[in-house]
Amino acid sequence: MSAITRKEVEHVANLARLTLTEEEVQRYTNDLNAILAFAAKLNELDTSDVPPTSHATDVHNVMRDDENRPSLPLDAVLKNAPDHEDGQFKVPAVFE
Amino acid sequence: MSLFDKRLSEIHSELTKKQLSASELVEASLKRISEVDQELHAVITVDEEGARRQAKALDERLAKGEGEFGLLFGLPAGVKDNIVTAGIRTTCASKLLSNYDPIYDATVSRKLKEAEAVIVGKCNMDEFAMGGSTENSGFYPTRNPWNPEYVPGGSSGGSAAAMAARQFFFTLGSDTGGSIRQPAAFCGVVGLKPTYGLVSRFGLVAFASSLDQIGPITKNVEDAAYVLQAIAGHDPYDSTSAKVEVPDYLSALTGDVTGMRIGVPKELIGEGVDKEVREAVLAALKQLESMGATWSEVSMPHTEYAVPAYYLLASSEASSNLARFDGVRYGVRADNADNLIEMYKETRSQGFGPEVKRRIMLGTYALSAGYYDAYYKKAQQVRTLIIRDFEQIFADYDVILHPTTPTTAFRLGEKLDDPVKMYLEDICTVPVNLAGLPAISVPCGFSASGLPIGMQIVGKAFDESTVLRVAHAYEQATEHHKRKPEPVRG
Repeated sequence: MSAITRKEVEHVANLARLTLTEEEVQRYTNDLNAILAFAAKLNELDTSDVPPTSHATDVHNVMRDDENRPSLPLDAVLKNAPDHEDGQFKVPAVFE
Repeated sequence: MSLFDKRLSEIHSELTKKQLSASELVEASLKRISEVDQELHAVITVDEEGARRQAKALDERLAKGEGEFGLLFGLPAGVKDNIVTAGIRTTCASKLLSNYDPIYDATVSRKLKEAEAVIVGKCNMDEFAMGGSTENSGFYPTRNPWNPEYVPGGSSGGSAAAMAARQFFFTLGSDTGGSIRQPAAFCGVVGLKPTYGLVSRFGLVAFASSLDQIGPITKNVEDAAYVLQAIAGHDPYDSTSAKVEVPDYLSALTGDVTGMRIGVPKELIGEGVDKEVREAVLAALKQLESMGATWSEVSMPHTEYAVPAYYLLASSEASSNLARFDGVRYGVRADNADNLIEMYKETRSQGFGPEVKRRIMLGTYALSAGYYDAYYKKAQQVRTLIIRDFEQIFADYDVILHPTTPTTAFRLGEKLDDPVKMYLEDICTVPVNLAGLPAISVPCGFSASGLPIGMQIVGKAFDESTVLRVAHAYEQATEHHKRKPEPVRG
């Protein structure tokens, strides 16, 4: 697999909602390349007939009846919010 | 004999006979914290007032002699700071959550309280449990009580160091790729990672949901069994929680290992393992043999692929799980943004430390369009191969035994600049998480420089009883667990 470029690092940072400094872009380009070179070891294995595992134990959908249950009090829910107004989380404008 | 040297079951019996009080235990714990934690930095938050108040209430009940006494009655606990505790700040050792005051209890926190333990403090860790040295804490690194120039391991380094230094009577950690067992080995204490699904993850701030598991860190094996009894069990709030009967773990500690078949993977005892570590583990095998167990070398052919597979899977899951830290509902919001997207980005960029960003970047990349099959799916397939390695061995053996770590603790700063080198430290522990199995680390010796060595015993899924039995029988025949670090200053 080809090496990850600086441009890809910037793209991935945007997807991950991170703003990287110039120094971080350089560092993560180097680090990700080192880690991905290390991960390329997996290509030594032929896994064409191997099913993927997402959970090691038997995991399946857990259903419950859709019943009314008490919810948390509003003041508790908003307690940790950096900003709120009229019982809602408040954020900066979505559009400029 | 110091209070801290008594088994938890012994303390329980003295408490119920009113020979001890919860307040005495809490004061002993607070005193230890004030004596040693200035240097060790194993603890992030101490709830002095809450702990004293709870102890007083428990003692009042004790005086009246009413009702049943909880299994953990009056025992001061240290809880890793990624397990939410209502009313006690929970930070995940991240600047982003440095002001987070949970409005609910994790299921294990609730179970501790129902068993009448007293949560005295929250333990330091690598930020969001990402790391193996506790140097990635957003606040300060924790020091190893055996030598403060050395790391305590991680990510549950605070929980392990605090246990080794006897700041609490037991602690809880979480283990995604070795984060209970590796620090337990580095700090000379016992650390148990239960089978995936045995202990509820509800309220454990998720790192890699298919791998994370909460477990106890204690001074001996019996205490680990004792604490596990209180925290294990099905929980409707965790959809991956297993519906299994929880056995009586203490009754498994018979001391009898006659006929026990032990497999020792040659990949984890040979090259790459320090001579001192290897010799300590071989001596332990000899000890178990003299007690009636048998052992032979086995092979786990996919061992060398476990670490890269683990880092792809864990980072992918982390990149998704950590998307929630966006400065909307909780956490420290950056105040220099004009619009919503900028606010997300600034909050995350200012709040997360370098290792967390590195893993989010790796995981986002591995899951991004065009790379999913090459990295994420490939790693999931390798995970299947690793599970098969274990299945083959467990067809013929009761437990697997090998070093918990290839080396003893390393110096602070030694591996900080080389992520791949740091990740390779996890070779002995990550296969177990990929397979979801139970495993314990128990002290099995010391290096010439006086640092603890740990060995790991791995069992079949939900067979904690056998793992604990072998660990306990070995421990009772040896003295390693009785050695304590020199009191760290004072």
